[in-house]
Amino acid sequence: MNAQADTATQAGEGEYNFAYLDEQTKRMIRRAILKAIAVPGYQVPFASREMPMPYGWGTGGVQVTASILGRDDVLKVIDQGSDDTTNAVSIRAFFEKTAQVATTTRTDEATIIQTRHRIPEKALKEDQIIVYQVPIPEPLRFLEPRETETRKMHALAEYGLMHVKLYEDIARHGHIATTYAYPVKVDGRYVMDPSPTPKFDNPKMHEMDALQLFGAGREKRIYAIPPHTAVESLDFEDYPFEIQKFDRPCAICGAENVYLDEVVLDDRGGRMFVCSDTDHCEERRAAGHTGEAGGIPLKGEETAR
Amino acid sequence: MSAKPLPDEEPLLRASALTRLYGERIGCRDVTFELYPGEVLAIVGESGSGKTTLLDCLSTRLAPTAGIVEYRMRDGTMRDLFRLTEAERRLLMRTDWGFVHQHAADGLRMSVSAGANVGERLMAVGERHYGDIRGTALDWLSRVEIDESRIDDTPRAFSGGMRQRLQIARNLVTNPRLVFMDEPTGGLDVSVQARLLDLLRGLVSDLGLSVIIVTHDLAVARLLSHRMMVMRHGKVIETGLTDRVLDDPQAPYTQLLVSSILQV
Ligand SMILES: [Zn+2]
Repeated sequence: MNAQADTATQAGEGEYNFAYLDEQTKRMIRRAILKAIAVPGYQVPFASREMPMPYGWGTGGVQVTASILGRDDVLKVIDQGSDDTTNAVSIRAFFEKTAQVATTTRTDEATIIQTRHRIPEKALKEDQIIVYQVPIPEPLRFLEPRETETRKMHALAEYGLMHVKLYEDIARHGHIATTYAYPVKVDGRYVMDPSPTPKFDNPKMHEMDALQLFGAGREKRIYAIPPHTAVESLDFEDYPFEIQKFDRPCAICGAENVYLDEVVLDDRGGRMFVCSDTDHCEERRAAGHTGEAGGIPLKGEETAR
Repeated sequence: MSAKPLPDEEPLLRASALTRLYGERIGCRDVTFELYPGEVLAIVGESGSGKTTLLDCLSTRLAPTAGIVEYRMRDGTMRDLFRLTEAERRLLMRTDWGFVHQHAADGLRMSVSAGANVGERLMAVGERHYGDIRGTALDWLSRVEIDESRIDDTPRAFSGGMRQRLQIARNLVTNPRLVFMDEPTGGLDVSVQARLLDLLRGLVSDLGLSVIIVTHDLAVARLLSHRMMVMRHGKVIETGLTDRVLDDPQAPYTQLLVSSILQV
């Protein structure tokens, strides 16, 4: 690729470089990504750029995606597991407009998946990359607000504080109550915040076939988990790590051992639990699986969250 | 406090010609002494005498301008503290050393429970059994006379005296050999001070701790220390066994200090 070939011009709307960012910025971000891959779990600072969307809308993930996107890529964007939420729709539209890449909602068709909360239920493959939008990359921030100190802790692998946080959870709730942004140790070295994915998805990060990239726009950090890397969720010997358990299958497709969202059905308190991964649910229904709610359509419903 | 350490033992810490300047201004100058295992050394002086600068240099919180501080590591080797790697130095500080601050908020994590405050050092050195950590924390809370029912409260809910006692427990949980103290009773009510001093005295002798304590309060020095160094304008002007210095001060300035305390 060269800069000339990547320039996409849109009549009447001025010029966009391919995927919005200029080539120099993309090269800078790619260097940060390469460094992040070389040191799994280590937060690499990068010069985060202003994006035409507010912080909190995934500007870090968008910059990472923009820097790795090629013309032949097929992009999937999810938020809370769904392709249809405002955030997912607007990021997908952004890349359709600035890079004219193909987009999909199908996990197995995508070459790049940008996500805010979930990892798809279907195991990702070697030729896929998952890009996480991260609001707060620093797992030690909770107890140590000083950046100079947290850097030192990472450099010296002083991670006792992470267990202080888990200790507090058990002392207060009788169990480790952290359900999102559950800290992990990557490749036996760096402690990393997979924020804000639910801990249900932590085991999927372990030895994943796909490359995992994390971008935090406001905090100007990129980190990565290369394929086939050990990712261990922190815990205590007598309080081992556990994922969320759901005591029922998806009401629509009958899937078990998947992450479920509570869906409000009506104003009278009716509700049911359905797959948070909408693509997974639809694919199962297409294959003939049904749950207790049978063929109730998903469209037009609101999630409880 | 009496009972001197054995004279034939090797020193635990040695400061040689330790000097810290702040530009032209002198923090402390040319301080040389040895501290023996089980010994409590009080560094006394008025505000601005250099005693806190000296404490910070000894505890590696501040780099000296000149001079050497050596410490006998647990393996018996004498090491120049400012030539340790940062990892070695930080490990030393959270295992073999303690530091009790005047203001508890500087030495405690105010937003986490008393139990986690005590347990933090254990977790830092790899303890991964919640039940064991909690058991040790309970034991230490009772040793510093904090009711076990307070284990899940944060120090924000504690009185000043309790906070200092919690700070002490947090430091002692890894069985350090040397504890630095910076005016540990400063700002507390007299009756609270007395109780804290009693507790400290008991712990120091039970555990055979070596202590370097900075205080402006000669009564604290009298009660806790074996030996004293009197500082003025950054220099040590008198040093000796505590009882001797307080009962028979040699330097005119020490005589003045002692007489003014007697008037209080
Ligand atoms: Zn489903």
